[in-house]
Amino acid sequence: MAPSLSDIMTPDAAELARAAGKGASAPLEMGSREHDLFVGLTRLGDNTLILGHRVSEWCGHAPVLEEDIALANMALDMIGQTQLWLGLAGEIEGRGRSADDLAFLRDAWHFYNFLLVERPNRDFGHTLMRQFLFDAWHQPMLKALEDSSDARIVEIAQKAGKEVAYHIERSADLVIRLGDGTEESHARMQDALERLWPYTGEMFLGDEIDARLADSGVMPAPESLRGAWDETVNAVLDEATLKRPEGDFAHKGGRQGRHTEHMGHLLCSMQWLQRAYPGAKW
Amino acid sequence: MSAATLPDTEEVWRWLSEVPDPEIPVITITELGIIRDVDYEGDTLVVTVTPTYSGCPATSMINLQIEEKLREKGVEKIRLKRQLSPAWTTDWIAEEAREKLRAYGIAPPIDGTAAQGGNDVLKGRIARMTGENLTVPCPRCGSADTTRVSQFGSTPCKAAYQCRDCLEPFDYFKCI
Repeated sequence: MAPSLSDIMTPDAAELARAAGKGASAPLEMGSREHDLFVGLTRLGDNTLILGHRVSEWCGHAPVLEEDIALANMALDMIGQTQLWLGLAGEIEGRGRSADDLAFLRDAWHFYNFLLVERPNRDFGHTLMRQFLFDAWHQPMLKALEDSSDARIVEIAQKAGKEVAYHIERSADLVIRLGDGTEESHARMQDALERLWPYTGEMFLGDEIDARLADSGVMPAPESLRGAWDETVNAVLDEATLKRPEGDFAHKGGRQGRHTEHMGHLLCSMQWLQRAYPGAKW
Repeated sequence: MSAATLPDTEEVWRWLSEVPDPEIPVITITELGIIRDVDYEGDTLVVTVTPTYSGCPATSMINLQIEEKLREKGVEKIRLKRQLSPAWTTDWIAEEAREKLRAYGIAPPIDGTAAQGGNDVLKGRIARMTGENLTVPCPRCGSADTTRVSQFGSTPCKAAYQCRDCLEPFDYFKCI
């Protein structure tokens, strides 16, 4: 009987790699060191990929030309970082999957990004607030990864960290200017903050994979980044005259592959070319 | 090309210094500081290149240009090696290249002013707003009375500025 879902018809990247004799055929064993590392790296790469894609949706639509260009260049930085993280993930996996294969030929349940980064853009202020909440996590995360026991991770973290220092400077600056701006911009920023707040807690919730990665000194425990994040967020929100929401309810699941309804729509737009024309190149 | 006729590495460096940056053609890839090493592994010429920014779309174009140049000079066995560490910094841009950038209309990087981010993000912001640690002179008229329009300009490596005196909008090559 023919499969009823169209995506089942699309050749699987691992299948393609196997056919081309590019790598091992067996998937990594759950709980193995390699599998933990693969998931850890994929989580990093998926965050920058999905946020990079979201930000790129602004291309040609931003309120002013300069911001349009700035958003596109921020997206470019994040996609570049994705190539490094997912490239290494594919190498660790050893099944011949490239960063492109991982980006374009996985389905939602194999993506491990935060739910925060798949939130739709809404308005410009909401986009910058999402960026700021992410950057305030991203920077201390990369800082901690500079001390990883894995030299390949250290190299990428050092490279990405220099770029992200500019990201947070820009997103914090705009959150402050819009928060402490007009009545209208202030109200929109407060609204964006409240909408996004329940998605921030997930950044600090570790699972057993995180615990093993932290034990071996490969990646920091997510919980350990909370202090630095709180400090930056509190200082910037204060300067922006915005009120930090009180609740600590956290939507979660993204890092385990359980996503919101927005993820499928995003992938549909991001992956359609490789899905419609598998292996297409230019 | 037999082993006896392999060009020495100094010769190769000279050839590479003829390759222009695809985005900013007034400077070369050696002046940009992205060629980290030229060496042989057996009879294979290995050129080590480091990217400026992770997502810089010029990277693949640069690799292609390096290969073209070396093939043109008759080198047959070539390997391009990507090296991430130490991460590229604008400090590696040659002094004479900075003048070329300025003449081309791009304000060159001002060393020691890279974004720090982190918990210093507020301090850095105030310093930048007041121009305390970063005054970018206009590459056209030289005025110090300039203002930042956006942290990200026409490429990730640049910021957009405008001169308040001659009103010229210009790119500033950010320090990283």
